[in-house]
Amino acid sequence: MKTSVEVHNLTVTYGSAPVLWDIDFSLPTAKIIGIIGPNGSGKTTLLKSVMGLVEPASGYVKIFDKTLEVSREKIAYVPQRESVDWDFPANVYDVVMMGRYRKNNLFRRATKADKEIVLDAIDKVGLTEFRDRQISQLSGGQQQRVFIARALAQKAEIYLMDEPFVGVDAATENSILTLLQEMRSQGKTVLIIHHDLQTVSDYFDHLVLLNTRLVAEGSPQDVLTKENLSNAYGGQLTLLSKVVQLIKEKEHPIREKDSDL
Amino acid sequence: MDTFLDFILLRDPNVWFVVIGGLFIHTSTAVVGTFAFLRKRSLLGDGIAHSLLPGVCLGFMASGEKNLIFLLGGAFLTGWTSTILVDYIVNKSKIKQDTAIAIVLSTFFGLGIVLLTIIQRGNFGNHSGLDHFLFGQAAAISRTDVYVFGVLAAIILIPIFLFFKSFSILSFNPDYAKSVGMPVRFMEMLMTSLTVLAIAAGIQALGVVLVSALVFTPAAAARFWTNKLPKMIILAALMAVISGIFGAYISYQYAGMPTGPWIVIGLFVATFFSFLFAPERGFLKRFKNRRGTSIKIRDENVLKAIFQYNEKNGGHDKLNLKLSASDFLTIREFQTNTLMKGLKSLIGQGYVNHLDDKYYLTESGKKESKRIVRLHRLWEQYLLKRTSIDTDHVHSGAEAIEHILTPEIEAELTKELGIDGVPKEDY
Repeated sequence: MKTSVEVHNLTVTYGSAPVLWDIDFSLPTAKIIGIIGPNGSGKTTLLKSVMGLVEPASGYVKIFDKTLEVSREKIAYVPQRESVDWDFPANVYDVVMMGRYRKNNLFRRATKADKEIVLDAIDKVGLTEFRDRQISQLSGGQQQRVFIARALAQKAEIYLMDEPFVGVDAATENSILTLLQEMRSQGKTVLIIHHDLQTVSDYFDHLVLLNTRLVAEGSPQDVLTKENLSNAYGGQLTLLSKVVQLIKEKEHPIREKDSDL
Repeated sequence: MDTFLDFILLRDPNVWFVVIGGLFIHTSTAVVGTFAFLRKRSLLGDGIAHSLLPGVCLGFMASGEKNLIFLLGGAFLTGWTSTILVDYIVNKSKIKQDTAIAIVLSTFFGLGIVLLTIIQRGNFGNHSGLDHFLFGQAAAISRTDVYVFGVLAAIILIPIFLFFKSFSILSFNPDYAKSVGMPVRFMEMLMTSLTVLAIAAGIQALGVVLVSALVFTPAAAARFWTNKLPKMIILAALMAVISGIFGAYISYQYAGMPTGPWIVIGLFVATFFSFLFAPERGFLKRFKNRRGTSIKIRDENVLKAIFQYNEKNGGHDKLNLKLSASDFLTIREFQTNTLMKGLKSLIGQGYVNHLDDKYYLTESGKKESKRIVRLHRLWEQYLLKRTSIDTDHVHSGAEAIEHILTPEIEAELTKELGIDGVPKEDY
């Protein structure tokens, strides 16, 4: 099967402490893929590294077997809803229109086609009647859908979503899920950071279980074993976190120079 | 009066320079400031402003005269250095940004005062007026200065106009901007450079101590009036320009009055006015909304009482009973004053009629009173069904809620509870 995202031996550090440590996996296409793991396990950092928002200490990411720079327009990012100030002077349409901007069309005015794509994206997330509403006057679930609509307007192949179900009511969660399934049937790949272990096996075709290191990756049956879960969540990795803490305190290098490049 | 006419008619060429120069400077600072405001960089702007003083002094020392290009060039250099220093301190130590700004700001400002003193004591030619850079003196603008400011305004405003989309995406959501491949680092450098440049241009009129007001206050005031970024920018520029002219006029009219402080006062008045009177976001509008709500609650409670009186005294079907003021008190403990005001307002709205001292519902009043009682009781039913609440508490839990339930919510309640008409149960 074709590989959508390949993460190769990726290590990311904040200061000297590793947040992601030797992560290595390849993800299939046309699947809804969940990234799970406890708080502080590096889920957001993983998504940001795939998107090129954080610089890895070592390793690399490839999108459809090409570098991020080449595949940039095939990939769309939905940040956490809390990561922006919603009191920004813009309405729903303005924000979704941001999805149509490309590096090479910054000076171009929005075309008729752009406008249609934007209106269609707004319609798909069910916000048509709120199109002209100031974004601070939306509910949390509606704000989340604005972000998803902006990503849809990018017309990408891979969608990275950071906790799209947080602060969203059950009805919205369902409608987002239906939308994701529709996208999958069109061959799109969706990567989602998810918190709620109860719904994991219903929502996802494929899972990545993280806790600074990659604990498991594969189908939900293979990943959601008792052993894997207790490895990620149950404190079996306390030794790992102790080592991370030590590295932080001593500002110790996390590998000897050029040892395995 | 004569000076006022001289000023307003631009009879004095100096006034002309001050007004046109101000137009260039204040538009630039307000436009740059709007983006800095949205990116929450106001404090950094203040830091930059204070860091311009040593640059002005160095520029003067280098040129030996008050050559504006040298002074602004020096200011730009030290302003830029200060932002790099702040970033460096934040990245390389555990010191947080606000502390780093405070350290850099006071150090540079102190350095500036030291240099200023050296200039005043030493043999550096005619330094008179250099201290105007502390509090600003718009009247000192000459014809050449106006040209310089015009070029500066073009340098600042043209890139912002060209990169408007990118700057707005960057200000709203920097991570997203980076994710679509925008050269975020370059854009941020450009933005910082333009901000330093605009602040440097503003110090002639405002002085290093006050110039940050010219950058951020117009944006803060403009935000009250609009939810559209282009409109916000135009409004901010307009307020800055008007305040600038106001400050220039005061210092023209009253010799020795500094321009900067008066501009800041003008800006404050504009901001305070916006805070009070802006539609939607303004204080008065919000106050009015609250008042409107309390009037609505009062009227609806009176209507509800008429319905309940009918229900209690056998008039449930027709709702035709006529009530005296004391009848109302058997249903609810109204204050006489509130009750009379409510009845008067309801008569005005056509919900209630009166015959001598007795009040009764009109046809539309019957409908409206039914609607309110229904909402109240639907909400009670909903709370009883969906939450753990005792029947003797549910009435107070539903009180006040019936006044805000929208028709959409009413429809959903009807669907969920499967109740048509007004529920009989009253708690």
